[in-house]
Amino acid sequence: MKRDPGLYDYLPYDKRPRIAWPNGARVAFWVAPNIEFYELEPPKNPTRSAWSRPNPDVLNYSYRDYGNRAGFWRMAEAMDRCGVRGSVSLNVAVCEHHPEVIEACVERGWELYSHGTYNTRYTFGMSEAQERALIQDSIDTIKRVSGQKLDGWLAPALTYTDNTLDLVAEMGLTYVCDLFHDDQPSPVKVRKGRLASIPYSLEMNDAIAFNVSSMTPRHYGEIIKRQFDRLHEEGRESGTVMCIPLHPYLIGQPYRLKAFEDALAYITGHDKVWLATGREIARHFLDNHFDAFEKASVPVGDL
Amino acid sequence: MDHGRYDWSMLPKRKPVEWPGKARIALWITVALEWFPLDQQGKPFKALGSLQTAYPDLRHYTLRDYGNRVGIFRVMKALEKHGIRASAAINAAVAVRYPYLMEKLKQKKWEVIGHGVDMDHLHYEGMSGENDLVSRAMSILGKPRGWLSPARSESSQTPDLLAEAGIEYLCDWVNDDMPYAFKAGGKTLHAMPLSGDIDDAALLLGMHHDEDEFRVQVTDQFDLLYEEAAKHGGRIMSLTLHPWAIGQPYRIGALESALEHIMRHSGVWPATGAEILDAWRQSAKA
Repeated sequence: MKRDPGLYDYLPYDKRPRIAWPNGARVAFWVAPNIEFYELEPPKNPTRSAWSRPNPDVLNYSYRDYGNRAGFWRMAEAMDRCGVRGSVSLNVAVCEHHPEVIEACVERGWELYSHGTYNTRYTFGMSEAQERALIQDSIDTIKRVSGQKLDGWLAPALTYTDNTLDLVAEMGLTYVCDLFHDDQPSPVKVRKGRLASIPYSLEMNDAIAFNVSSMTPRHYGEIIKRQFDRLHEEGRESGTVMCIPLHPYLIGQPYRLKAFEDALAYITGHDKVWLATGREIARHFLDNHFDAFEKASVPVGDL
Repeated sequence: MDHGRYDWSMLPKRKPVEWPGKARIALWITVALEWFPLDQQGKPFKALGSLQTAYPDLRHYTLRDYGNRVGIFRVMKALEKHGIRASAAINAAVAVRYPYLMEKLKQKKWEVIGHGVDMDHLHYEGMSGENDLVSRAMSILGKPRGWLSPARSESSQTPDLLAEAGIEYLCDWVNDDMPYAFKAGGKTLHAMPLSGDIDDAALLLGMHHDEDEFRVQVTDQFDLLYEEAAKHGGRIMSLTLHPWAIGQPYRIGALESALEHIMRHSGVWPATGAEILDAWRQSAKA
């Protein structure tokens, strides 16, 4: 086991090359709907159990299935009204189970990136070959259903091996969402390839807000605005990134939608906001700022 | 008492303290700079903020490291606006990994408080090598005067080892609002009242209070101590901040607002732990 993941060198927020977003934007803003499939009886992983209740955990299973059946539509239409494209963190199994949901995303010009195959299948204990197969399945499936090249990765259920980011880079992806160490993109240290980490703003994630931080929907709307205000202000000096990661089974609940939509409209109503996809943010960073950031970063001291 | 570390004493019966400039409140801000290793063992328990999932928990590792990379600079700006110098309770691991931060602390004339080696090397009864742990932290951090154990966890020997290593004040004990004499290693140290309650991580993470509730509790603490000080002599308002918690973009405004409220009052003396201890001892002598 490593003490330090060794994925990034040190670059303090107050001493960095300046990021300039397109058209003088201060914030690169993106929304990442997590479109997921949780299997009722998944293959068992020795490290983690999928459900908190014994099989069949009908409550927690149906709680998530709500997302694809009902929540997705509510969320997507709210995003449509605000003119925001999604960058879908996709369990690619949804392409087999619910192709209509995927069609709805592709029609809207949303990006599809990968969140593994199923959210009930963890990367823990995978061999390199198994992990490569996992990534390849995402590359192939996304290509098939949308014509898009797979560029982004968010590990399924945030589970990893020590090889995950190396493999993602080697297999041609350009960005990961798994590192929550920054409000700007960051170079990732990998064996081969050029990989960017882009802020996924985990604290803005509705699953964290509602089910970890026990936040109310109205307060969630409030913190989204505060996050935006601060990052928009700081963006005067150097471009920042803000993401709102969503789960249709959470944000798509009727009592939660309005506070979210109001916050989204608040953001899109501001000037100097780049409404982007993950792929676009990563591309811009890789093309314009990655090298300077890499050069300015310093290896961490050795204990 | 059922131990020999300190004598019994009641707060209201003590001689009122006079702060410099006849201030009512000594404002003591402590910023905890911490590193949570990826290969966490969690012995004998997991400190608040620890990694939660199976290895490798990149999620919590990077959420905490955010504090040393981004969050700290928001906190520094917020304090600088009011000319407040803080005490930095810093893990030795942070000092070694990010020497830039130690430079900044020096530049800003913040105090360094020893905060152990890292958040997965707690001090606890029956551990081996505690002396080495203490001397490692002390030598890396340049022999600080004060100490806050990671997770406030001690063995029965910790105060003695700290006293022998040259520590003058200890922040682990939360049983008073003012300093008091503490026997350790054959010497007299002082316990300094670093509140366990008025702490961003304790309120936001521990109690699941939101940032508005954080702000209200901080200002309620201040308001009461400020009033109390009018009758009972100088009081200490301690506020502990974790940049990985309060330094998030959506939260920093709550800190700024709390500081506005506090600093709007006259008779507030922002000072480091060591400065407050020195002033308290001065006042006690007079």
